[in-house]
Amino acid sequence: MASAPVTPPDKPRIKVRLWGSLRAATGGKEEVEVEATNFKQVIDALARDYPALRPQIERGVSLAIDGVIYKESWFTPINPDSEVVLMPLMVGG
Amino acid sequence: MALDEYEKRDFKVVGKRMPRPDAIDKVTGRALYGADMHVPGMLVGKILRSPHAHARIKAIDTSAAEALEGVRAVVTGADFPDIAPGEARNVRDNTMARDKALYDGHAVAAVAATSAAIARKALKLIRVEYEILPHVTEISDAMKPDAPVVQEGFVQENVPEGFSENVISYHQYGHGDLDAGFAQADKVITRRFRTAATHQGYIEPHAALASFGADGTADLWVCTQGHYFVRQLCAEILQMDQAQLRVTASEIGGGFGGKTTCFIEPVALMLSKKAGAPVKLVMTRQEVFRASGPTVSSEIEVRMGMTKDGRITAAEAELHYQGGAFPNITVQFGAMAAFACYDLQAVQTRGYNVLTNRPKQAAYRAPGAPMAIYAVESVVDELCQEFDLDPLEVRLKNAARKGTRASYGPTYPDIGLVATLEAAQAHPHYSAPLGPNQARGVACGFWFNFGGDTSVSLSVDFDGSITVTEGNPDIGGSRVSIAMMAAEELGVPYESVRAVVTDTGSLGHNEVTDGSRVTFAVGLATIKAARAAKREMCRRAAKIWGIDEDAVVWEDGCAKPAGPNAGKFEPLSIKEIAAKSSRTGGPISGHHEVNAEGAGVSFGVHIADVEVDPETGHTKVVRYTVFQDAGKAVHPAYVEGQMQGGAAQGIGWALNEEYIYDEQGRLVNPGFLDYRIPVASDLPYIDAVILEIPNPGHPYGVRGVGETGIVPPLATLSNAVSRAIGRRMYELPMSPPRILKAIKGG
Repeated sequence: MASAPVTPPDKPRIKVRLWGSLRAATGGKEEVEVEATNFKQVIDALARDYPALRPQIERGVSLAIDGVIYKESWFTPINPDSEVVLMPLMVGG
Repeated sequence: MALDEYEKRDFKVVGKRMPRPDAIDKVTGRALYGADMHVPGMLVGKILRSPHAHARIKAIDTSAAEALEGVRAVVTGADFPDIAPGEARNVRDNTMARDKALYDGHAVAAVAATSAAIARKALKLIRVEYEILPHVTEISDAMKPDAPVVQEGFVQENVPEGFSENVISYHQYGHGDLDAGFAQADKVITRRFRTAATHQGYIEPHAALASFGADGTADLWVCTQGHYFVRQLCAEILQMDQAQLRVTASEIGGGFGGKTTCFIEPVALMLSKKAGAPVKLVMTRQEVFRASGPTVSSEIEVRMGMTKDGRITAAEAELHYQGGAFPNITVQFGAMAAFACYDLQAVQTRGYNVLTNRPKQAAYRAPGAPMAIYAVESVVDELCQEFDLDPLEVRLKNAARKGTRASYGPTYPDIGLVATLEAAQAHPHYSAPLGPNQARGVACGFWFNFGGDTSVSLSVDFDGSITVTEGNPDIGGSRVSIAMMAAEELGVPYESVRAVVTDTGSLGHNEVTDGSRVTFAVGLATIKAARAAKREMCRRAAKIWGIDEDAVVWEDGCAKPAGPNAGKFEPLSIKEIAAKSSRTGGPISGHHEVNAEGAGVSFGVHIADVEVDPETGHTKVVRYTVFQDAGKAVHPAYVEGQMQGGAAQGIGWALNEEYIYDEQGRLVNPGFLDYRIPVASDLPYIDAVILEIPNPGHPYGVRGVGETGIVPPLATLSNAVSRAIGRRMYELPMSPPRILKAIKGG
């Protein structure tokens, strides 16, 4: 007997703050909402919902999650009430 | 996501000033630097460099050089394969020009010969036909719509219109209503600043020895901050598998960010491939200045409003950085870091990255931050003077702290700026009397710090001693710090641990030694590798005792029964477990691989007293104190050394150092006689005050310390000199002629 299709639970909507020069890619919005539970889902959703962000995402981005900068760790979990800020890919000297 | 790696503990090894393992080798000459490498049959490589700032290469005739006896290979840009756009292609085109020479010193051909004399003679036989093109070396000239275009095709999608194609990227950060903020100020000032390009000034020039085998595999010995990245770049440039190229890092005579990329390595490999013999390339000092990677020069405008009681109501900055003929991201960091020390309701930074006919910039300690914060901290100081306010009080009043929305976006977690400012305020230096022609300057600084990809393997050798194998060249004392953390975690003497930096074939990937990452990230991986080894040693003890492995704990370097119910057994030391390891399951080791996150930002405050000679314009630094949040200082002497070294380099940047170009776009001071870095007699003792505010992202609370120290000195010195001569200074370096001109009202 075929089992009923399993509907994945809705992902929470997370607010993502963008830096100023990216706002042209989101129609001027400083903050956008995406459905995500981790780093990768955030950037995938941003690239899907705001295609003009893709060039920057391909160049590399970091996320500041609750004030801590994460460089490119895709599976870093994100709580729905976390502060999430998109940042350029961080490197040093 | 709260980071919860940190556990408070009483340290037994960490925090002590252990002997550095590299010291005797370095002072006796036993240490092997890049140029010390030698293999049988080795050829000498030399590079021909463009004498023009911008020129089309119409033809290169290498036939006479190839015919010279003793010449075994000649390469030009045509020898390198086509690769996809990206950083490797930029590095390829920087290490060997293709269609155009983009700056004075750009490589156009290279030879490998049986002696240096023959190689030099061969270079003279190479005929390059140039078509000289208009050049541009200054930022404001390069931005003009009709400026000569250095390279086409790099402009990013969000660059505003109205500039030349040299303006390739634009970055804007900030928040709040600037107009409303400025309207609340009692005084609003706008000031423009310029900083010169400076070089990291490492003592050891770049050196590489390449050996390409007939089977397509290759070995490379190189002086670098990141041999895995060298492998990555060279493999892509030469279109070979990374696994086929083994790169070994030499001991390093300074890097400071300047050895985080390639300048000669692909050329050495290509020469070796063509010659069928090993080839060594060593840059001269002149080549280092002309064709390695200095930092950017900058033009910055800052506008700031302040109330008469010292509250900053709004601030904005526009930053223009040039980093030579290829793209870089340095202005982005400047724009992010400029106001990072302050709690501002209205702030905006706008950064423009500009191509010029100068060498491809490289990182230099906290890339982009020193010049941005120099401009901001100068304006803060000028407003303090305007309202006759104490500069540290004003900084405390406006200091970023937990809960502040940083000017670059996120809300700060616990940070150490207020503690650092309070330590500076309480220090005797801040209230010490000053002499004639003397004045005191202060400034804050900030850097992000990073973690990144890290692999560590820790082996428990059969005699119970410990080898930690890591993959980051030791540019600032990391081997001793790593060994100390391993000893701390295992509960063994520091002397029984040796940390070794291995080649790319012996360990998983490691990101470059940069971003103040190594003591943080490699330390974290070492602690976790040690914990894995401890778990295995407890498992072996459990087997020996015939009890459950959960009933064994690790304490004081021994496996012990966890409690009376586990059974009565004498503790097994690490030596005893190691000696039996072959019979209990085989060699014991722990390893850990991670993309380390949670490095934690850091802040510093500097105080400088200067004395300016009004007759000559010469500045003498008479007293200097650095305050910095280091997290847990694993080896305090090394931490102090990082703080002192950053200050010393910043003092040179502020007072003397600059790349000077003539009208033809040629660098006129490519040597230490004319490019003046500070020597010991130029500097006072630099006092270093470490604040230890634990980083929650590291098990021992460690955070990076290597970069923040170079950020405040530029403004600290400028503020001190400005107060000493009674006129504000807006350009670096503050060389004696420039100071004299300011004194005379020029």
